Amino acid sequence: MQFNVEWLKKWVAIDLDADALAAKLTAAGLEVDDVRPVAGEFSDVVVSRIERCEKHPNADKLKVCTVFDGSEELQIVCGAPNARPGIVVPLAQLGAMIGPEFKIKRAKLRGVESSGMLCSARELGLSDDHSGLMELPGDAPIGQPLTEYLGLDDAVIEVDLTPNRADCLSVRGIARDVAASCEAEFTPVEIPAVAPANDARFAITLEAPEDCPRYVGRVVRGIDPTAQTPLWMVESLRRCGLRSISPTVDVTNYVLLELGQPMHAFDLDKLDGEVIVRRARSGEKLVLLDETEAELDEEILAICDRSGPVAIAGIMGGLDSGVTPQTRDILFESAFFNPATIMGKARRFGMHTDASHRFERGVDPAGQEQAVERATRLLIEIAGGEAGPVLVAESREHVPSNQPVILRPGRVNAVIGCDIPEDSIASILERLGMEVSREGDAWSVLAPSSRFDIAIEEDLIEEIARIFGYDAIPEAPVSGELAPETTRGHRVSLDRVRSMLCAFGYQEAINYSFVDHRQLEIIGHDRFVLPLANPLSSDLDVMRTSLLPGLLTSLARNVRRQQGRVRLFETGVAFLQRDEMHEIERVAAVATGDNLPEQWGVTSREIDFYDVKGHVEALFALKGRSQALAFEAGDLPWMHPGASAAMHLDGRSIGWLGAVHPEVLKAFDVKKSVFAFEIDLDPLLTREVPYAKELSRFPSIRRDIAVMLPADVSFNDVESCVAEEAGEYLENIVVFDVYAGNNLKDGYKSLAIGLIFNNVSSTLRDEDVDPAIEGVVRALESRLGAQLRG
Amino acid sequence: MNTIDELRSRALNEIDASGSLPDLDALRVRYLGKKGEITAQLKTLGQMEPEQRKAFGQAVNAARDAINQSIGARRKQLEAAALEQKLLSEKVDVTLPGRGEQPAGLHPVTMAMERAIGIFTKLGFDVATGPEVEDDHYNFESLNFPPHHPARAMHDTFYFGDGRLLRTHTSPVQIRVMEKGAPPFRIIAPGKVFRSDSDQTHTPMFHQIEGLLVGRNVSMADLKGVLHTFVNAFFERSLAMRFRPSYFPFTEPSAEVDIGWEKGDGSEPGWLEILGCGMVHPNVLRGCGVDSEEFTGYAFGMGVERMAMLRYGVTDLRQFFENDLEFLRQFH
Repeated sequence: MQFNVEWLKKWVAIDLDADALAAKLTAAGLEVDDVRPVAGEFSDVVVSRIERCEKHPNADKLKVCTVFDGSEELQIVCGAPNARPGIVVPLAQLGAMIGPEFKIKRAKLRGVESSGMLCSARELGLSDDHSGLMELPGDAPIGQPLTEYLGLDDAVIEVDLTPNRADCLSVRGIARDVAASCEAEFTPVEIPAVAPANDARFAITLEAPEDCPRYVGRVVRGIDPTAQTPLWMVESLRRCGLRSISPTVDVTNYVLLELGQPMHAFDLDKLDGEVIVRRARSGEKLVLLDETEAELDEEILAICDRSGPVAIAGIMGGLDSGVTPQTRDILFESAFFNPATIMGKARRFGMHTDASHRFERGVDPAGQEQAVERATRLLIEIAGGEAGPVLVAESREHVPSNQPVILRPGRVNAVIGCDIPEDSIASILERLGMEVSREGDAWSVLAPSSRFDIAIEEDLIEEIARIFGYDAIPEAPVSGELAPETTRGHRVSLDRVRSMLCAFGYQEAINYSFVDHRQLEIIGHDRFVLPLANPLSSDLDVMRTSLLPGLLTSLARNVRRQQGRVRLFETGVAFLQRDEMHEIERVAAVATGDNLPEQWGVTSREIDFYDVKGHVEALFALKGRSQALAFEAGDLPWMHPGASAAMHLDGRSIGWLGAVHPEVLKAFDVKKSVFAFEIDLDPLLTREVPYAKELSRFPSIRRDIAVMLPADVSFNDVESCVAEEAGEYLENIVVFDVYAGNNLKDGYKSLAIGLIFNNVSSTLRDEDVDPAIEGVVRALESRLGAQLRG
Repeated sequence: MNTIDELRSRALNEIDASGSLPDLDALRVRYLGKKGEITAQLKTLGQMEPEQRKAFGQAVNAARDAINQSIGARRKQLEAAALEQKLLSEKVDVTLPGRGEQPAGLHPVTMAMERAIGIFTKLGFDVATGPEVEDDHYNFESLNFPPHHPARAMHDTFYFGDGRLLRTHTSPVQIRVMEKGAPPFRIIAPGKVFRSDSDQTHTPMFHQIEGLLVGRNVSMADLKGVLHTFVNAFFERSLAMRFRPSYFPFTEPSAEVDIGWEKGDGSEPGWLEILGCGMVHPNVLRGCGVDSEEFTGYAFGMGVERMAMLRYGVTDLRQFFENDLEFLRQFH
């Protein structure tokens, strides 16, 4: 909502400049977005009249005008096409400033002297019109400063109203609120009734009384189609952001801005028999004022005549029934529509009008007659004509009305947290136009019909707090019962996971939770995908089922930006739409480039599977040693078939790791090899509270074994074999060498492991361990085809 | 006698002259070893006359002690010299860079989020979470947004076409927490939220922290107190703060909160909006089975990116989601 301060001052007795007023408005909850002057910056521009006009001797498009500025005649060269004798126009006198830098000086234009400049509206910042000189009314006082004549010592204030403050979508509404917050007098403009001059009536039938419980109409006959909207009204509309169209339309717009009641004017001759307010029927169509065709249905409330729809209620009138430059007889419409009926409908037609904006939020259900009276008087003043009686069609039971609200002053202060005296509370409410009955601890408060947003005690408390001033509410120190969290010990904190990954050189990334469905297809994660119905674009059209595509996209972008070594991780939700939605919190990472940053004293090599596996194992170490994590070379279509693994914990699949499949990398435009992992966070973060066990006071014994094994035997097989045969004293197994190469038999590899034995109750002797070692070696030989190496 | 004195003075001279620990050890063996010269002198004692033996014995013993002492002293000197030599040979260039991994860092949004969570948990708030795919009930209806209400238009919502949607705020977590438990409640709900809006100052996904406190005798004064405490703690300075009346369907009275912020370019501090808040609407409390007469509460919500931008001097919101390492590494 945008309005000008001078208009507001007709409705409320304030003596504030625009900036001070803006601060008051914001503090009272009417947030000011902008305060600006109503015209451009200029000085020494006066009302003048062109007396004579002659062709410029040396230029076809220029004219040499003789202009009277109230005291003398001046010769001024002018190129405007509408420059002609008799018109009254703004004159920038010698020495005038137009804008901060442009000074009017005596000049010669193509050899002819010019003593000033005649101005267009755009040059003065009064509109965008640059088609010619700004033509002022013929009776404008010649010589008067334009600023004075047009009342330009004014400002436009734009307020960003919250949806609950429909009452402030008018100059009157804002004035009422300002009166309350500034403790100023509310001075409503008098709106006397216009006595009917004839008995012109038109039938109005309410077929949908819940949607439209009140419809007020009035016929005005014999208006002068050549009448012009007076300058003061054109200027008022302009300052509030509307263009002048015709006297009838301008009057309805003026009333909308002044009183907040949207109105419409039909050309009476175009209406067939009567006005019927009803739901539209499927298949009905209507060409609107903006010349678009709307297809209607039962959801839409329509204003109809006997032939069909003539307007979409509360949104826009029809083209055929609208007023034209020939219209002499009109029917005013001033209705109350149920906001629920109008809500969302303009949007359906891709529209947003001043009317729909107000009707969606609600208008004063008691304000229709007043608006009609105001519009009738203004129209007759401007364009003549004779009004018939005010026609009211109403279904009283459906017209909403405010009920008294119980207000407990004690509750007011309890909720706000201060001590506002009862008299102040009552005064605030009364200044807002409310009727207050103070009886005991529970008052009864009735809001004016324009404040239909007031329905419960909290609505009143908010009003009191707002007008009392939020700034005046004290700040209480933080207090409350303290209660410690109880579940910490069973959880690894996410911070530790993040910190550890940072320590391994992975930078945290955050990607959007929606991705391109094609990316999920590429990585074979396109099952259980939940698509968005209204994605922003096709590359953000489904919820991610994996964090990998986002990370690969970010990795690719960094590689393109000359980052050779990229490590990124992310924690967040993957969305799996099975029978129901599973939002699974995960941690995922991608890595490419060298295993260490470039440095001296270290041979550089690329990161490999075991580096990343080490990172993953370190994460799982945060859980403690209680659970076994299994890695199974698996069938992961998005991963390298020979260098990837699925991870299982207690038989449950919890993630994967390894080298990303080259085909996937190609699709993501990555030319280097990339390692990645993705792990469900919940099993990773769940842990047992650690519990101490007895430590051995005796020395341990270590035995090393080196064996040659067929290449396809996994360490996992070796480990199980050892664990089975090594007996109860085996404490740990370490791998200290893996080798496959020249001096080995083809298809074989060498594996060296150390077995560490210990006993808590005695010192182990060789004879305690030797049989175990022999058993291990025999089992490795017989089950896995191992040969002991010398 | 002369023999002993001579022996002693020769030994001491040789010990003094010895240049290494092995040389010194050889001297020890030569003089004090089983077949050493001093030892040999002692062996002659048995053949001596008693009166001669006493004097000679004393002289030999004195010589042995002196040699022993001298060897010990010389050993210390030699050891110290050897250590010094070793240390000298182990000297490194301390200005060469160290080896190993270069740790990376957290995302600045996470940093701001964790910072805010840390402050609120110290103020006694528990962390609560909820789903990101929500439905109309939790995202709007239970928060007192009527169907088609213009307030919904303020939330550009992503829908799934089956009644579900991506939450537009973390406020649904309030409802889930209140439905499950009984007052008092004191929680914050950090998380991702989504709005179908993308331009220089909007990204379709961002992060919010929502707070809720419900109890007996909770007032707007408490709300002002907790938020000012938080804001000062978050930015580590004493900031001006103002509450402006506003509107959210789920709070009444509602407010937007501005802080007085210096841009750092020398211009006057201006008001900068950083969060929205209010007293929980009685319809919301009642909808969750909370007696709105007995209990009152406040709720607040803030955008984490906004806080991160102010704290870390980021000027373009979109950089947060481009994951450019050069950008992210600045915040280590």
